[in-house]
Amino acid sequence: MSAAIGNTIVSLPDQSTAQIPKRNYINNEHGLLSWLLTGDHKRIAILYLISITFFFFIGGAFAGLIRLELLTPQPDLVSSDTYNKFFTMHGIIMIFLFLVPSVPATLGNFLIPIMLGAKDLAFPKINLLSWYLYLIGGTLTLAALVLGGVDTGWTFTTPLSTHYLNTHVITAATAIFVAGFSSIFTGLNFIVTIHRMRCPGMTWFRMPLFVWAHYAASLLMVLGTPVLAIAIVLVALERLFGIGVFDPTKGGDPLLFQHLFWFYSHPAVYIMILPGMGVISEVISTFSRKRVFGYTAVAFSSVAIALFGFFVWEHHMFIMGVSNYSALVFSLLTMLVAVPSAIKIFNWVFTLQKGSITFETPMLYSFGFMGLFTIGGLTGVFLGSLGMDIHLTETYFIVAHFHFVMVGGMLMAFLAGIHFWWPKMTGRMYPESLSKLAAVTTFIGFNLTFLPQFILGYLGMPRRYHAYPAEFQVLNVLSTAGATVLGIGYMLPMLYLGWSLKYGAIAGDNPWQATGLEWQIQSPPLTENFVEIPVMDHEAYDYEWLANKTKNEVITVG
Amino acid sequence: MGLSPVLWQFLVKWLHASALFPAEASGISPYVDALYFFLLLMTVFGTLLVGALLLVFSIRYRRERNPVATQIEGSTLLEATWTIIPLAIFLVTFVWGAVLYFRIYNPPTNAMNIYVVGKQWMWKAEHPGGQHEINALHVPMGQPVQLTMISQDVFHSFSVPDFRIKREVIPGRYSTVWFEATQVGTYHVFCTQYCGTQHSGMVGTVTVLTQDDYKKWLQQSTSGMSLAQNGERLFASMGCNSCHSGNAAARGPNLAGVYGAKLTLTDGSQMLVNDAYLRDAILNPSQHVTAGFAPIMPTYQGQISEDGLIDLVEYIKNMQSNYRVQQTQVTAESDQAAPTTPPQGTNETVKP
Repeated sequence: MSAAIGNTIVSLPDQSTAQIPKRNYINNEHGLLSWLLTGDHKRIAILYLISITFFFFIGGAFAGLIRLELLTPQPDLVSSDTYNKFFTMHGIIMIFLFLVPSVPATLGNFLIPIMLGAKDLAFPKINLLSWYLYLIGGTLTLAALVLGGVDTGWTFTTPLSTHYLNTHVITAATAIFVAGFSSIFTGLNFIVTIHRMRCPGMTWFRMPLFVWAHYAASLLMVLGTPVLAIAIVLVALERLFGIGVFDPTKGGDPLLFQHLFWFYSHPAVYIMILPGMGVISEVISTFSRKRVFGYTAVAFSSVAIALFGFFVWEHHMFIMGVSNYSALVFSLLTMLVAVPSAIKIFNWVFTLQKGSITFETPMLYSFGFMGLFTIGGLTGVFLGSLGMDIHLTETYFIVAHFHFVMVGGMLMAFLAGIHFWWPKMTGRMYPESLSKLAAVTTFIGFNLTFLPQFILGYLGMPRRYHAYPAEFQVLNVLSTAGATVLGIGYMLPMLYLGWSLKYGAIAGDNPWQATGLEWQIQSPPLTENFVEIPVMDHEAYDYEWLANKTKNEVITVG
Repeated sequence: MGLSPVLWQFLVKWLHASALFPAEASGISPYVDALYFFLLLMTVFGTLLVGALLLVFSIRYRRERNPVATQIEGSTLLEATWTIIPLAIFLVTFVWGAVLYFRIYNPPTNAMNIYVVGKQWMWKAEHPGGQHEINALHVPMGQPVQLTMISQDVFHSFSVPDFRIKREVIPGRYSTVWFEATQVGTYHVFCTQYCGTQHSGMVGTVTVLTQDDYKKWLQQSTSGMSLAQNGERLFASMGCNSCHSGNAAARGPNLAGVYGAKLTLTDGSQMLVNDAYLRDAILNPSQHVTAGFAPIMPTYQGQISEDGLIDLVEYIKNMQSNYRVQQTQVTAESDQAAPTTPPQGTNETVKP
C-alpha cells in the first residue's frame, strides 16, 4: 500500500501471515465445466465480467477508429460505408453488450444475494441461462461484424433498416433480440430475489441503496425490453416478408417504429444509469464513514426515475412532426424526471458533510461521476426544452450529452464499483497509486474528448458524419486527442487488475471497514456465501454498529 | 523559437479559421441563443455548486481534520430545498422552451412557400415559379420563408444551424419549417438524420440574397414553367380533369377554391384542406371521399413522384376557377385517341 496509514481506512491483515481463505467460491470446484455449468451467482458474475470486458474493448476499438477518421475533415481513412458500420457496431456493442449488463450482471449478480443475506439468486439456472443468452447475442453480433457488418446505426431507423440497406440487419437484430431476453431474465431474477429472499430482519428500508437502485432498474428491464423485442420482430417481418408496418407506401407508419423503439430505449438509459447510482451510494457512504444523507429520498428517487422514465420517450421525436401539444406534455415530464437525479446528486454531496473522508480510488471515480453526471444531467435539460432541442438534437451536442451520462456517469460508476468490490471478488487489493493515476487520467481524457463536442453541437455539426466542414477541425482534433488519453485511462485498470490477481496484497474480509453484509464475510466468499443465515438487526450504513462489532475483533485471515 | 515559421503560420491560420459559435442569421436565432445562454449559466452554476461543495467538504471533513464522522439521518428542509429549486428552474426552462418551439414551428401568414424533396443523398428545392435547385436554396432576406418538405425514401432531417432550425423530412407526409433570414450570406444545410451511405454528403447551402438580388435570381433561374403550370399539365394528362371538371354533373368534387376550406367527408368527419390533405387524397382516395360523392377514384400510389405531387398540390392550391380545367378537357376530348387511364410510370416524361 502506497498511501500513508493515517490517510486511509484500508485495514489489511498482517501481510506476513495473510492468506486467501482455503475454501472459497473460486477454488471450490475446478475445471472449465465447473464454471460453464455453475449455478453460483458469483461465478456467473465473473463470467459476465470477462465477457463484457471483452466487448467493451471491441466497442472501444470502434470508438478509436471513429475518432481517428474524424481527425481530418475529409473522408480519407475508410469509405463511408465502413465508417457507418463503425459507429453502428460501436453503438450496438456498447449499449446492448456493455452498458445494459455492465453493473447489474456483474456487480449486481455478485452482490445482491449477499447484500440480502441469501445463498443465491431466486433462480440460479435462469441466471446461467441469461449469461448464455448474452453470449449468443454477443456471438451473433460478432457474426454480423465478421460477415461484413451492419450500418443501420444502433437506432435501426425504418424504413432505412427495412428497405434500403443490404447489410446484416437481421443478424444484428436477432443478436439484440436474444440479448434482450438475457436482460429480462436478469431483471426477473433480481425482482423475485429482492421480494422473496431477504434474510430475517432485512426490511425494505434496511436494504442497501445499491439493491434499491437495482430493483428500480429491474422493473425497467422487465417492462421495457419486451417492447424492444416486438419492435425488432416487426422490423424483421417487414424486411423479410414485406409486411407494411412501417413503410408508408404500404400504408405503414414510419413514426410508429420510433415510438416503439424509444419506448424501450429511453427507459434503457435508466436501466444503464440506475445501477451505477447504486454503486455511488455505497462508495460515498463507505469512504466518508457516514450513512447516506436522506436514505428514503435516495431510495424513492430511484423508483421515481423508473416510473417517470417510461413517460418521456417522445422527447427523442420533438422535431419529427409529432403533435405540438403532445410535445408539450413530454417536455414537461422530461423536466420532472430530471428532479430525482438532482436530489440524488445533492444527497450524495451532503453525505460528505461532517463525514470523515478518505480518497481511495473508488472515491475518486465517484467524484468523477458526480461532476460529469451533473453536466450530463443538466445538458439533458437543454434537450428536454422544446425550442432548444430543435437546434441541438441530431448534432454532436446530443452525442456529448449521452456520453457524459453513459461514459462519464455509468462507466465511472462501473469502475468505482469494480475497484471497490475487487477485494471482495478476488480476495486481493488492486495497486492503489496506479489506480488513482488511472482514475485521474480517465477524468482528464474524458473531458478533453467530450467538452469540445458540446461546442461542435451548437455549431451544428451533425452526428454520424463521415466528413465535415473544415472549420470544425480544431475541435475534432481536440476530441480525438482526448479519446487517446481516455483509451490509456481504460487500458490501465485492465492491466493492473490482471496483475493484482496474482500479486495484489491479500485483502482480508473488510478492507474498507464498510458496513454492508458482503463485507462481514470472507473474501472471496464461500460458495454458499454465509456459514449461517445472517440476521439483520441494524440499518444499512450503521457505522456505530460496525464500530461496536469490531471493537474487540482481531483481524485474522485463513 | 524552434517552431518553423511555416508551421506557425499554418497553426495561426488553422486556429483562426476554426468556428466556435454559429452565426445569428435568422430572426429566431437571438431568441434561441438567449435560452441557450440561460441554460449554459444554469449548467455552469450547477456544476460549480456541486464541485465547490465536493471541494469544501473534502477539505473540511477529510480524515485528518475530522477523524470521527457525525451520523446525520438527513434533513427534510434541505432536501425540500434541492427538490423545489431545481424543479422551479426546470419549469421555467420548460415554459421558455415551449414558447420558443411554437415560435419556430408556427409560420406567419405572410410566409412564402418553397417545396423541398429529400432523397438519398440530395436535397431538391422547388420554388413555386418553377426554379429547381439541387443541394442549394436561394431565399430573400427579411421575408418569412416556409419550407414544405417530404422525403422520397428514408428519414432525412433538414437543418440550417445558422438559422437554428431543423425539421425531420419524413417519407409519406409533409412536414414544414419556417425562417426569416436576416443576413446576406451563404450558410450550411445539413441532413442530420442518418440516411445511409452518403449521409454526410447530403449537405448543401442556403444563399440569402437581398430582395432585389433574389428577384434577379428568380428571373435568371426559371425553367419557363411554374409548378402550377406543370401541375395543370399533369392534371390533364392523368385524367383528373375528366371527373374534377367543376360541372354540376361531374363525378368528382369541384376543386376550385377548395384549398383552405373545411370539407365534410362521407364518414361525417370534417377535414381542413391543406397540402397534406391534397397529397393524401390523391394517393389514398378511398380514405378521403367527400360527402355526396361515390368512392370511385383510383389510387395514384406509385404512379406519381413526389415532385409530381407537389406540382399537383401547387396547381390545386392556386385553382380559383374551373375555366382552364374545362378548356383542357375540351382539348382532351377532341383527341379521342388519347387513353383515358392514367399513364404508367412517373410523370418525369411530362416535364420539359
